[in-house]
Amino acid sequence: MISGQSELDNKIMLEQAKGVKQFLTFIMADEEYGVDILTVQEIRSWEEITVLPNAPDYVKGVINLRGTIVPILDLRLRFGLPSIEYGPLTVVIVVKVNFEQGSKIMGVVVDAVSDVYSIAEEDAKTVPNFTDSDNSEFVAGLVNVGEKMVALLDLKKTMKIKCTH
Amino acid sequence: MKRILAVDDSASMRQMVGFTLKKAGFDVTEAKDGSEALSIAKQQGFDAVISDVNMPIMDGITLIRELRTLPNYKFTPLLMLTTESGMDKKVEGKAAGATGWIVKPFNPEQLLAVIKKVIR
Amino acid sequence: MSIDLSQFFEVFFEESFEGLDAMEAELLNLVPGEEDLETINTIFRAAHSIKGGSGTFGFNSVSDFTHVLETLLDQIREGKRELTTEHVDLLLKSVDCLRALLSALQSEQEPDLEEANALRLKFEAILGLGQSEHDNPNSECADEQQAEVNTYQIDFKPYHHLFKTGNEPLYMISELAELGELETHVSHNEIPDITDLTADDCFLSWRFFLNTEKEERVIREIFEWVEDDCDLTITLCGGLFSEDDTAQGAEENNPDSKIEPASSAPINTQEVKKAVVSKAPPPATESTSIRVGIDKVDSLINMVGELVITQAMLTQLGEQEITEATIASLQEGLAQLAHNTRDLQENVMRIRMLPISFVFSRFPRLVRDISQKLNKQVELKLLGEQTELDKTVMEKISDPMVHLVRNSLDHGLETVDQRLAVGKDPVGIVTLNAFHQGGNIVIEIMDDGQGLNTTKIKEKAIANGLIALGDELSDDEINELIFMPGFSTADAVSDISGRGVGMDVVRRNIQSLNGSVEVSSATGIGSTFTIRLPLTLAILDGQLVKVAKHTYIIPLISIVESLQIDITKVSRVGKDLDVLRLRDEYIPILRLYNIFNHQGAIETLDKTLLVVVESDNQKIGLLVDDLLSQQQVVIKSLEANYQKVDGVSGATILGDGRVSLIIDISGLIKLSGLRKPGSQELIIESQANLEAS
Repeated sequence: MISGQSELDNKIMLEQAKGVKQFLTFIMADEEYGVDILTVQEIRSWEEITVLPNAPDYVKGVINLRGTIVPILDLRLRFGLPSIEYGPLTVVIVVKVNFEQGSKIMGVVVDAVSDVYSIAEEDAKTVPNFTDSDNSEFVAGLVNVGEKMVALLDLKKTMKIKCTH
Repeated sequence: MKRILAVDDSASMRQMVGFTLKKAGFDVTEAKDGSEALSIAKQQGFDAVISDVNMPIMDGITLIRELRTLPNYKFTPLLMLTTESGMDKKVEGKAAGATGWIVKPFNPEQLLAVIKKVIR
Repeated sequence: MSIDLSQFFEVFFEESFEGLDAMEAELLNLVPGEEDLETINTIFRAAHSIKGGSGTFGFNSVSDFTHVLETLLDQIREGKRELTTEHVDLLLKSVDCLRALLSALQSEQEPDLEEANALRLKFEAILGLGQSEHDNPNSECADEQQAEVNTYQIDFKPYHHLFKTGNEPLYMISELAELGELETHVSHNEIPDITDLTADDCFLSWRFFLNTEKEERVIREIFEWVEDDCDLTITLCGGLFSEDDTAQGAEENNPDSKIEPASSAPINTQEVKKAVVSKAPPPATESTSIRVGIDKVDSLINMVGELVITQAMLTQLGEQEITEATIASLQEGLAQLAHNTRDLQENVMRIRMLPISFVFSRFPRLVRDISQKLNKQVELKLLGEQTELDKTVMEKISDPMVHLVRNSLDHGLETVDQRLAVGKDPVGIVTLNAFHQGGNIVIEIMDDGQGLNTTKIKEKAIANGLIALGDELSDDEINELIFMPGFSTADAVSDISGRGVGMDVVRRNIQSLNGSVEVSSATGIGSTFTIRLPLTLAILDGQLVKVAKHTYIIPLISIVESLQIDITKVSRVGKDLDVLRLRDEYIPILRLYNIFNHQGAIETLDKTLLVVVESDNQKIGLLVDDLLSQQQVVIKSLEANYQKVDGVSGATILGDGRVSLIIDISGLIKLSGLRKPGSQELIIESQANLEAS
């Protein structure tokens, strides 16, 4: 087993030591967002879901992930973007979010998965306050990758669900 | 193989007695009080009965008295486990038909030595 | 033969702790002067067993201490001594002391004997004993130093009835032979004519000459059991063959003679203990084992048996050629397999379930001690003690419950004077109640005290900066404040409930078990703390129902009946509540699609079905589109990765892999607004009754 897997691990560790993190990015409404790859558990296709009564609209429901009940959030709705019909490309990224009370496994529906980038922490810029949407609270930093700009998500804030009552 | 019925409400004592006797080559049946012992004794025959005195539901003295009236247990050694403070109990037990007694606390070797007095 | 006694230690500790629990419970039931014999007997037996076991297994500190306890109990039992409150208190303290001693021994530590010795002195004072009394008689060792060989003449003439005592002269003789050199003379002079001979009787007598280095006492012990059944004389004589070397030679040549006769063997328990400790297994880990009733194990074995049979049948079918008939039997077999598996699963889960009485049982003592300290009169009522819950949950719920009970006794209940002043019974009542509700176990801690003081709580909360001066809060909201971190209304931190642990910790501990705790209170009437805990690993019998395109599960246990609605019996109450008159009752109709906000459900009453459920003694009807199957479901937590959903107690995974939600009836009632906050009565009842009249 001294093969690709451990080499990759070594690479990740090396980069972490240098303050470099790998991010998985995905596309949503033509924008590219990134999440720390270490939080990603798996990527699944969209499937039939069980609706939770009286949940906020961005909480689509729960799925059975090998015996555990995992809630699924629609990131478009979470960001107040117009929702689109789910199609074959629609994917669910399952992430592990570390809340103060403990970690939770949750899924987010995004338009499509894009790429994996290595990004040095010092390259991430803080979000300017003058953005027109109030979604800046979900974004931990902005980073330029070539021509593109990627918004790095603050998962803890993004996945926090407000009580409806 | 000689069969012994061991009666005690304390599981650890019962296990200790049972284990010791089994290791010495006896076939041991355990009961947790006098009443259970009596019904077992009525169904099966035993070469000796060892019973604790203080037990719920039916005490050891009553058990011995009941057993002695059964034709199958007319000559069967019936031993009671008693404590050193129980001299009255020894007399009471004898009157009820007990063969003898083993004084608590005892260790496995002592138990076997006493058993040897009645069955071999 | 050597037997390692340490293998019995764990059982001994377990049963001793159980015995102590029983002692404690019975002691708390004792009213001096009115005690009944059976209670005393039970206490005596527990002490007696602990003493016997600890002596046998070499725990002398425990057996010595239990000895004085047992002596006192024996005297009370025999009616030689009157039971007093002082005795009960002392015995209760001894129970604690013994627990500590045994715990120390269990974890292989040196027990602290200070408390035990102090208590023992008190017992001895009561018993009027000197120091010498509690000397362990076992310590009197036979003097093995004495090596002088003597010859004894022993005349042994059993009475005729000897055989009927179960004794066997033959074995006694061989025992004698083990003591040294034995010469035996049998006398059969007494044997009657054959016509008078009875086979049951003993007509023989013996004269022995024994050449031994043992004392006369050792010889007498052989005949100890038949003392009253024979004539026995033992005399020391010059010796027929008293050459010293004969005896010693015999000893050397005959290894058997080293086997010491029972009653003379020195019981050097000190040595036993040492030997045992050195061989002792790794430290006992308390909660890794579970005691399971033999009936539960037996039923598991039965089920595994059935499973094996079904499996064999299926294997056989699989080997046959596939025809219509085999397919039918295959399906039958699979259904059987499903049935077996479900039963097995359910029963395996039940192994971990224990009645909550394990937790409840510690409260009588607690309440007794605290009420004495506070000088309040308290009666403790325990309800639903047989309600089962998972062992791990049980272990963790005990401390929060203790805190809540202390709180009720300290802050909730008034003193006798206060109670009399407001016209209440001087004896306050604290009730612990447990029951299952949906996938939860609900534990209520109720007192009939003064209720929470909302004014005082509010003042305190303002003082602590938890709320602002102008905040408008309902009583329920104010009561909620007591669970806020850093809140405490006790003016001075009391010994009873103010141990630096606040209600916030209680709530946090309960929440960490995925549970919740709420309080409801009425001034002057009392307060109720309600703990809800999930039965982790629990299985629930569920009725699957359809609401629009969604499948929900209603716990079968709460379903009273399911029916089609007779539209003529429905009347509208208030603005938008339909009520069905069912026999003599009015059943409010809850439209599940409304409460859960689902589109596309059938809305016309006569085309739907009504599932009548009962919760907290209230019946309500749930409107559903259709009834689906019934099945057992494994309860999964929604809170693990999400959060609490009102009206839903949990989720499960159906056979096809989909998730289905389990309805929480009492949560639903709350969600629907049918019940006034803090009230037990449904809003509907008063209104419906009004219309009926």
